[in-house]
Amino acid sequence: MSLDHLTLLQQFMVVLAAVVLFTSFVLLQQSRLVAAVHAFAWQGALVAMVTAIVAVAGDQLHLFFSAALTLGLKALLIPWMLHRLVRRLELDRHSETLRHPALVTMAALALVIFSYWAVAPIVQQELIFTRNIVAVSLAVVLIGLLMMVIRTQAVAQVLGFMSMENGLFLAAVSATGGMPLVVELGVAFDVLVAMVLFGVFFFQIRESIDSLDVDRMNRLTERVDEP
Amino acid sequence: MISVDALWWAGLAIALALASAALSLLTASVPRLLRVLVMPLFALSALSALIAGLLALINGGVAVAELPFGLPWLHWQVRLDALAGFFLCVIGVVSFAVGLYAPGYVRGFEQGRDPLPVLGGFGGLFLTGMLLVVLAADAFLFMVAWELMSLSSYFLVAFHHDHAANRRAAFLYLLMAHIGGLAILLGFGVMASVGGSFAFDAMREAQLPFGWASVAFALAFIGFGMKAGLVPLHAWLPEAHPVAPSHISALMSGVMLKVAVYGFIRVVFDLLGQFHWQWGVAVLIIGSISALMGVLYALMQHDLKRLLAYHSVENIGIIFIGLGLAMLFYASGHTVIGTVAFVAALYHTINHALFKGLLFLGAGAILHSANERDLDKMGGLLRRMPWTGLFFLIGCISISALPPFNGFISEWLTFQSALQAWQLESGVLRSLVPIAAAMLALTGALAAACFVKVYGVAFLGQARSRHVRRARPVPLSMRAGQGVLALLCLLLGVLPTVFIGLINAVPQQVLGHGLVQATAQGWLWLTPVSPQTASYGAPLVAIALFVAVGLGLWLVGRGVRRVRRCDAWDCGFAPPSAAMQYTATAFAQPIRRVFGLLFHIDERVEPQQNGHLRHSLQVSDRAWGLFYTPVVRAVEKTARQVIRLQSGNVRVYLGWTLGTLLVLLWIMA
Amino acid sequence: MNASLWALTLLQVLLYAALAPLLVGWVRKIKALLQNRKGASVWQPYRDLYKLFGKEARMAHTASILFRAAPYIVFVATWLAASAIPLIAIPMPTSAIADVIVIAGLLALARFFLALAGMDVGTAFGGMGASREMFVSALAEPAMLMAVFTLAMTAHSTNLASVVEYQLVNDNILRPSYMFALAGLMLVAIAETGRIPADNPATHLELTMIHEAMILEYSGRHLALMEWAAQLKLLLYGVLLANVFFPWGIGQGTGFAAASIGLVVIVTKLALLGVALAVSETVLAKMRVFRVPAFLNLALLLALLGLLSHVILEVGA
Repeated sequence: MSLDHLTLLQQFMVVLAAVVLFTSFVLLQQSRLVAAVHAFAWQGALVAMVTAIVAVAGDQLHLFFSAALTLGLKALLIPWMLHRLVRRLELDRHSETLRHPALVTMAALALVIFSYWAVAPIVQQELIFTRNIVAVSLAVVLIGLLMMVIRTQAVAQVLGFMSMENGLFLAAVSATGGMPLVVELGVAFDVLVAMVLFGVFFFQIRESIDSLDVDRMNRLTERVDEP
Repeated sequence: MISVDALWWAGLAIALALASAALSLLTASVPRLLRVLVMPLFALSALSALIAGLLALINGGVAVAELPFGLPWLHWQVRLDALAGFFLCVIGVVSFAVGLYAPGYVRGFEQGRDPLPVLGGFGGLFLTGMLLVVLAADAFLFMVAWELMSLSSYFLVAFHHDHAANRRAAFLYLLMAHIGGLAILLGFGVMASVGGSFAFDAMREAQLPFGWASVAFALAFIGFGMKAGLVPLHAWLPEAHPVAPSHISALMSGVMLKVAVYGFIRVVFDLLGQFHWQWGVAVLIIGSISALMGVLYALMQHDLKRLLAYHSVENIGIIFIGLGLAMLFYASGHTVIGTVAFVAALYHTINHALFKGLLFLGAGAILHSANERDLDKMGGLLRRMPWTGLFFLIGCISISALPPFNGFISEWLTFQSALQAWQLESGVLRSLVPIAAAMLALTGALAAACFVKVYGVAFLGQARSRHVRRARPVPLSMRAGQGVLALLCLLLGVLPTVFIGLINAVPQQVLGHGLVQATAQGWLWLTPVSPQTASYGAPLVAIALFVAVGLGLWLVGRGVRRVRRCDAWDCGFAPPSAAMQYTATAFAQPIRRVFGLLFHIDERVEPQQNGHLRHSLQVSDRAWGLFYTPVVRAVEKTARQVIRLQSGNVRVYLGWTLGTLLVLLWIMA
Repeated sequence: MNASLWALTLLQVLLYAALAPLLVGWVRKIKALLQNRKGASVWQPYRDLYKLFGKEARMAHTASILFRAAPYIVFVATWLAASAIPLIAIPMPTSAIADVIVIAGLLALARFFLALAGMDVGTAFGGMGASREMFVSALAEPAMLMAVFTLAMTAHSTNLASVVEYQLVNDNILRPSYMFALAGLMLVAIAETGRIPADNPATHLELTMIHEAMILEYSGRHLALMEWAAQLKLLLYGVLLANVFFPWGIGQGTGFAAASIGLVVIVTKLALLGVALAVSETVLAKMRVFRVPAFLNLALLLALLGLLSHVILEVGA
């Protein structure tokens, strides 16, 4: 399906999906937490825009609502909370350098190709152009998970988790024209609660191990031979 | 058939090569003969191989003959078709240049203690082996010729055997050649068991099921890939090639690796005759990795000949990228683009033979007149050896894939075929091919960096050691050998359509599709797919470049021709000395830092007794630890087990013989 | 028809050489204004070139013949590369002679000789400049080729005139791949033309130089050619960005009207690009050399994402 058969709105949606993918890469590579939070906020805003476009194109009223919800929650509220957390935890000057940034990028690119390979056969044929967007969303999910694997900072891991959620939401919107409103509200509520809980946890973790580096949590294992 | 003529020339080539080998026995008493008789015969043999190859390419058609040797039920069969003809050309042209070059080069050995009959004799046998591999039309002759090639080159690698490192390199080479040979033999076994005969004709007829075909493909890929030096099977290559005498290094890197490429093409494209995208992907990935790793390791070297050997790994990788693309496109039914990729691979094959031969001959010239292989001790050679400097510069530009020289054409063709990836149906392949193209682009840029380093450090600047300062131009014969190759590098870069017209017979015969459209717009235009898609007017670009540079020199330089000489800018301190120049190691430091993960770097700064600091840097190949050390250990361990049989008692040995005989008879029955 | 076509092409080729110093003068002027200085006139680069061509050329004792020939090769190769990119009108037979890969190859040839010339005299500066230049370009060139390949795969042609024409005909399509390619190519252009943050064209502080370090030993007409080549390279990248991604306004025939409109349009586009470059150079600081790989990694990532989004999102069926 080449692009010139799509309407302008649909083309715009494809562009936005590509930019969402790009923000995932930025998130993955960003060593400064504050900048990573900003990238996450942009990703949320882009997902909200995609939702709004699907709402316009499909004339589905409830999607406007979920677009607004996404914008408020993912692009404003959660980034704001994270921002405040980072400042209160005095991590705003913290920067974590990846050991092999090029390797991580390569892995993420491989994930993109893999998700395209995985999605192509399973999604139905009628989703002609959104099928590729589903592939992109799966890639966003996988890159979020990759981010949780490679980052040692707890806040960065939360960002990875949240961006996975973004990917799932994007998939839902582009494949099925959005979930029922109740489900969406529930998910949004869950995310919010998770965010609050994470915030509480951060302080707890730092109090007990004096750092947010998850590698240090190895210390929490019970060692038999400890004196 | 017309190309019986060609076969006659090929026979003459083999006879002359054998004669050169036989006559070199006389050099033990009369060293001069090596120069005046053996090497000219070698060159003549190469020339007739070149004629044979050209005739086969021009006339098309297939010539076959049967030799009265070999197994009772299978006489040796030889066959000269377009593919064999093309590789005869590759062998012939480089060997001819080597034959011109060698008389000057081996003169240095006449006074030494080195055994000259070994050099001449195994040189001749080496050429014979390579010619026979290409001509063989049954697996038996193929393997015999293959072993002849491997063994004779082993003796040439071990020529300077007084260094322990050289003996070790030669042994490693022998070991790897035999493991590779075993894989090839098994591959032929698989094909022969389905085809029913060891003759290539039978194998060509046989339709192997996918499973067995894949086994045969994998064995051939491993066997020929090991000989060709694909990563991760390459580690023997940079050990073995540099220690041979330079004209032999040129033959090994320039030609013998191509014979391995020939074997791969013969088995996979011709004998198996089927394509699967999985194979294409495997070849493409291994090719890309080889290209990139080869050039990165080359950048880390400061021994000129080792560096060139690593570049062979890179270029073989590029050839295999082309072959992989061809397999991919053929597997998915895009024959036109597949043919473009195949021709690109073939074109790069001859290109690499030319410029790598040229560069090794240049390295030999430096070794001859300055007795130096270490780049960090060279410098300023351009003013001391202007002709070698010019030819080496042409080699450097060609291998860096810069227009208007030949390396650029093959890389351009490879890119053109990769750019047609949008036609593929599978999305994964569509995204893999451009990534391979990106690796190729990175490889090309790194190669350019590497050869700026080589040329800048060796030929420009000031001499870094006394013996390099005393370097003198090399004799005429050595210059002639380099000049022939340099001229061909330029010709193949400026007139690609002519040469592609020649090569075209190969895909026509092997794959059934020619590249008609590439040269359809006249000799000025190279249009691989169609004139709308891409075109390159190589002669026009070259003419524009040369005319404009000439005009510029004439116009701008005319009025104020005189250039005043002065001291270099010294910042107001001491005048710059040779020791202040960037060395090869320093030049590569940024790249070493960025790609550090891929190397095994051992860098330390240690305080000395006298208060000075000593910096040592050792960059080694990761393939050693990952692949070679386990193999070598396993071989040694088995050898230790086998030693137990060696009790020294004759009756125990006889007992083993009896037992083996019984087992064999039992299997036969 | 054919004669006027070649006349137009010749005009464009000459325009490249003529306009190149102007772009540099313009960028310098804007930068000066942004820094609250009055700045030199936009014609100053022409005066500099004129002065240098008239001056005596000097060479170090250790310099070889390559040092003398390199300026001509560098200049001609860069100029030839530029002459295959449509400047004011699309019909350009030179685009068929040299497609976009050849352009990259010619630029690489120029760079090869530039770096060799840097190493020729045998001072530490030249070697350092050459080493860094080859290092930066080794990372930039794949990014450039990938970005360009995205366009070539979309237009199904590596002929730049066809690419531009395709873009003009299908101008109502939003392509994510073009966006990424544009961003990637911009970063490459900055690194390759030696602008901030990869290199600083105005510095003579030895530890921060790349391009200036290589041409440190040049003087007189040799230096003039080297400088002119660098200016041409900046113009080349500017035109590449302006005409391939925003081709609107470029002349489509060989007529006089189309060509003159094309000239006005491209000058406007370049002026805008120059302002953007000056602003970015004013607000950004130069990077450490070992931050440049990260910068170019980003360019490569953008270019690869462009390619992937082309093959996945745009042709995926």
